[in-house]
Amino acid sequence: MTDRNFLLKNVNIINPAGTFSGTGELLVENGRIRAMDRPGKISKPSGFEEIDGKGAACVPGLVDIHVHFREPGFEYKETIATGSVAAAAGGFTSVACMANTNPVNDNPFVTQFIRAQAREHAVVNVYPIGALSVGLKGERLAEIGKMRDAGIVAVSDDGMPVMNSYLMRKALDYCKTFDLPIISHAEDANLVGQGVMHEGFHSCCLGLRGIPAESEEIMVARDIALARLTGGRVHFAHLSTRYALEHVRRAKSEGLKITCEVTPHHFTFRDEDVSSYDSHFKMAPPLRTEADILALHQALADGTIDCIATDHAPHAPRDKNVLFEFAANGVVGLETAWSAGLNLVENGTVSLERLVELLAVMPAKVIGVDGGILKENGKADFFLTDLSAVYTLTVDELRSKSKNSPFIGRTLKGKVVSTFVAGKLV
Amino acid sequence: MAAQRVWRNRSLVQTLGLSESDVRVVLTRAQELKKMWLGWKGSEFPHASLKGRTVVNLFFESSTRTRSSFELAARRLGGDVLNFTAETSSVTKGETLFDTARNLEAMEPDLLVVRHASAGAPLQLSKMIKVPLINAGDGFHEHPTQAFLDVFTIEEHRGTVKGRHVLIVGDIAHSRVARSNIYLLKTLGARVSVCGPPSLMPPSIEKLGVSVFHDLRKALESADVVMMLRIQLERQNQMQFPSLGEYSKFWGLNAETIGSLKEKAIIMHPGPLNEGVEISQDVATGSYSVIMDQVRNGVIVRMALMDLMVGHD
Repeated sequence: MTDRNFLLKNVNIINPAGTFSGTGELLVENGRIRAMDRPGKISKPSGFEEIDGKGAACVPGLVDIHVHFREPGFEYKETIATGSVAAAAGGFTSVACMANTNPVNDNPFVTQFIRAQAREHAVVNVYPIGALSVGLKGERLAEIGKMRDAGIVAVSDDGMPVMNSYLMRKALDYCKTFDLPIISHAEDANLVGQGVMHEGFHSCCLGLRGIPAESEEIMVARDIALARLTGGRVHFAHLSTRYALEHVRRAKSEGLKITCEVTPHHFTFRDEDVSSYDSHFKMAPPLRTEADILALHQALADGTIDCIATDHAPHAPRDKNVLFEFAANGVVGLETAWSAGLNLVENGTVSLERLVELLAVMPAKVIGVDGGILKENGKADFFLTDLSAVYTLTVDELRSKSKNSPFIGRTLKGKVVSTFVAGKLV
Repeated sequence: MAAQRVWRNRSLVQTLGLSESDVRVVLTRAQELKKMWLGWKGSEFPHASLKGRTVVNLFFESSTRTRSSFELAARRLGGDVLNFTAETSSVTKGETLFDTARNLEAMEPDLLVVRHASAGAPLQLSKMIKVPLINAGDGFHEHPTQAFLDVFTIEEHRGTVKGRHVLIVGDIAHSRVARSNIYLLKTLGARVSVCGPPSLMPPSIEKLGVSVFHDLRKALESADVVMMLRIQLERQNQMQFPSLGEYSKFWGLNAETIGSLKEKAIIMHPGPLNEGVEISQDVATGSYSVIMDQVRNGVIVRMALMDLMVGHD
């Protein structure tokens, strides 16, 4: 298969953005799709291998616009190589890496380094996201233009909310030149304070400092106002609250350039899951309430939410397996997102096609990269999946260097069988 | 049916979830031990149920009073005590705690008494190690032995807490004493209210089945028991109230405010007191106060728990 020329037969093509879907076969040559058609319609050219898909679903490679691959600086948690293997294991063929590395990706040299490491070691497409401010300090603009020329696809101080409204306003103005979206980590840092979980009944009982939902709502409202003021593009990362989604819904109907994502953990778990002080349920923003989860489901279905992104945040035991209030925020997510998404299909929240839109079609559009669609002469980025497989996730199955997943021990649906990037099995 | 006589849990991490009979076992044992203690005049307390047992006081947050109370309780029952004190700092994160606990467990003690500034530390520890454990206070989470000694003291003075109105006053948001007391008192059928500035009230507190007051004078009128909480001096620098003087004016107990108390009401405080802030000196030592009884009973109740958990028959 190294020559990347093959005829993939006997697959069920799920392709909401393309013209061909359903049972059929797919001809791949030199990493590109040459033809897609009903069974038996494509004749296999000589020298092409034949692969039996055995009835698996064939889905455009998933695109995750929010991962932390920790390189440079925190290679003990994840590297671009190990992160990309985890991505492929989860059906992802493209990912965009956040800038909170060490050094921070706030200049073109770090951007070039990330791209060079990706070219050399990654098995999926890796796109860097540049910092909005120098050192993620929220003080002055990073060299966004130079980083764009070096290859960034978006701008974000993810992890460090941009508290200075003037800086955010100027960033939105400035980025219009380069047509880059600003990804906003919408949390009011003062209102979050020393909070470590959602503020409510459970934080009260556990004696942990709470983070009110309003800390997200306030910043979402602010950034929408700034998008209106500037005409700039804002993409909200990992939204978690009901009222934040209502702000987004209204902004979209107003025609503002607003998009947003949610994570599988925010639409799957709730604040109650923190009850045993298990840091695998600690993240920023925190897990919210049942009402918020219902609102997330509703927004996934009605189009308010544009994409699902994992916020894949690998952490080593020394950062995560400590007392709850000291544990690092975040969980790994690349290898469980597809199954978590299939849960939404199973419970009737979204259709399978809508799920593929959320995980592949829309994220590719938000950052303006190739992907999310299977089409003739398009890149052969796709994965095969057994939709009916049921399994219980164990630590050993995870390929990511870090194992901090809240899904460990849970029964999941839908296995990724194999992933192809530019026609190559990875 | 005979009343339950044994402690059915391995450890005591929280009062949340304890049944009424679990609680009564401890209170009854404490009564028995107190009687024995008061009646004994010899050189060595005869009920040496902890002889040959080692209790480790593992304190990651300084507390002379609570540690001494546990130490005295163990020694009165003939037990050996090892005090292990280590200050928590943000760098230790819990690794040190878990590592220390594993090391101590390897030395085969019979009981660990754990205090930690982080909520959840004793619960997480109790899942890692097999040695029985008593939570001596964790962050803003729980302080179960304090609640036991408080209930014991209330019942000594006023009979059963069932149907009594207990008012807890002060910084409820940052109080493990308040949480443990609310759970325990509710389990025994008391009516519980909390009072304090709204900025020191945790959200959703009313879901624990308590009434919330902000006006102290009004709240005092119907109270049978008033528990004053210590106000942490640093909170005024965290924008949670303007000044100690203002706090004292509205939520402090003094000669004037106790005017609205019922005649038989009792006043409690877990200590240490900030005299002149949450409670005036004359009220703390006045006729309503049972604060010193709380200290005395603290040792007795801790004896009862250790006796039930790891004592010889």
